[in-house]
Amino acid sequence: MNRLLLNKLILILSTLSAVIGISFLFWILITLSYKGISALSFSIFTHDLVEGGIRNLLVGQFTMAILASLIAVPIGMMAGIYLREYGHGTKLASIIRNLSDVMMSAPSIVIGVFVFALFVAPFGGYNGWAGVIALAIMMIPIIISTTDNMLALVPQELREAGMALGGSKHKIVLQIVVRAAKVGITTGILLSFARIIGETAPLLFTSANNQFFSMDLTEQFPSLTVSIYNLATYPDESSRDLAWSAAFVLTVIVLCINLLGRFVIRNKK
Amino acid sequence: MGGTFFKNFSFFSATLSFFLLIGIFSILFSYAQDALHEFGFDFLFNEVWEADEDDEGGIFGGFIPIIGTLLSTLIAMIIATPLAMGIAIFLTEIASSKIAKPVSIAIELLAAIPSIIYGMWGLFYFAPIVQEYIGGNGVGLLTAGIVLAIMILPFMAAISRDAMQTTPAVLKESAYAMGATKFEVIKDVIMPYAKGGIIGSVILALGRALGETMAVAFLIGSVMSIPSSITDPSTSIPVLLANNFAEAQDLEMSAMYYLALILFIVSLVIISIAKFYFLRTKVK
Repeated sequence: MNRLLLNKLILILSTLSAVIGISFLFWILITLSYKGISALSFSIFTHDLVEGGIRNLLVGQFTMAILASLIAVPIGMMAGIYLREYGHGTKLASIIRNLSDVMMSAPSIVIGVFVFALFVAPFGGYNGWAGVIALAIMMIPIIISTTDNMLALVPQELREAGMALGGSKHKIVLQIVVRAAKVGITTGILLSFARIIGETAPLLFTSANNQFFSMDLTEQFPSLTVSIYNLATYPDESSRDLAWSAAFVLTVIVLCINLLGRFVIRNKK
Repeated sequence: MGGTFFKNFSFFSATLSFFLLIGIFSILFSYAQDALHEFGFDFLFNEVWEADEDDEGGIFGGFIPIIGTLLSTLIAMIIATPLAMGIAIFLTEIASSKIAKPVSIAIELLAAIPSIIYGMWGLFYFAPIVQEYIGGNGVGLLTAGIVLAIMILPFMAAISRDAMQTTPAVLKESAYAMGATKFEVIKDVIMPYAKGGIIGSVILALGRALGETMAVAFLIGSVMSIPSSITDPSTSIPVLLANNFAEAQDLEMSAMYYLALILFIVSLVIISIAKFYFLRTKVK
């Protein structure tokens, strides 16, 4: 009887942990929605931070994340292509694969410190490009790993068929292999975009923040996440309300991009 | 022609991650030189962090942020590990696929929420609860540790679940056929089979917790003092960097780079152990 009881107990405890995990998700989402929506108004989307809105912050955050993607996606994809299609099986490729895997989990604040030393201190101040570079550094290893893994799923026969047709290596890679892995890679790009658009730590002392609307990447650049950090710690009620609305908008954006990524891959199957 | 260019471009992109890693290490190391010379390894155990009046020098020791990082991470791990195992077991062995699927998605969404949201939520909703029922003034090691635990939980659960799911059904069925209970199958079949993946997930989550900035920044209190109880405020390496790095001068700045270097090396070692020892997958 004892072992049956123990069995019951463990099963109940496991189920309970799942319930606890899910409750936290709902707790966070419900409080965030409640606080965020009650402070939300249409006017925050048409005003800049200096007038109590988040328009410049949204534009700034997206600008940096999109530019970072424009740097990271080609580099990351090409690196993934090298690892899987050119260097596969070589010592060098396996070292690079491992290093890139490790880089993927490097603390984001350290990447901020690194970018500060190279792109902020020598140029005399915070600038948008530094933020873009910090985000790109975070994104590259994720894209490498996704591309590498997705290309690995492409059947060898497809490559052989391409070779049999006399296609040159890079044509086979681009027009057959990458095309076959398109959906998986797209999902990976979307998920990594969702991850970097919510990043705060690497931006704190690279692009910092700007209260005004700005598209000048050589100056301090407006950031939604850095603003949330600042606003939430101000004592006045209106700053906190704005922080909640901004946090709500950020979470909706991140979760939507995330779900979109999952939806893309689901549709393929 | 195009083929050569394509191949070379892909080669240079691939080597970039190598240079990035070396680059980060050498930049941190060279900027930390002043502090390394001045304080050496005593830096790790010195609890004084004080600039001189003229802001030119001072004594900077990393003990407090190091201890703060370790303690908040330890609290997070103690709370998150059993919960994550429970969730992983629930998803692989208990729930029917009808329930497991939405729960899995929910857990993965929990992992996608930006860390700043956890921090802010923790500050306004969780800190008051800790203050009322456990003590302290709300922000401190315990609050930071608990919210950190909630943050790494989905990540740990997802990897452990993946590891447990690789257990061949035939092994489990044989055990069930012998009359084993579910718990016995979990304990004697699944756990030994998925051991590597499970330990790997725990270590990986540990690496993530050590380097986490924003969730902790709201909650740890950011005070340069040694905590005498777990509800006391303190600081951690990432939080100290986040709040004070950009304003620091000369030697203090160098000490900050020293801390960043320590964090970087420790994280890399931990992640490497997890990935290459425990999570090593067969070469495809």
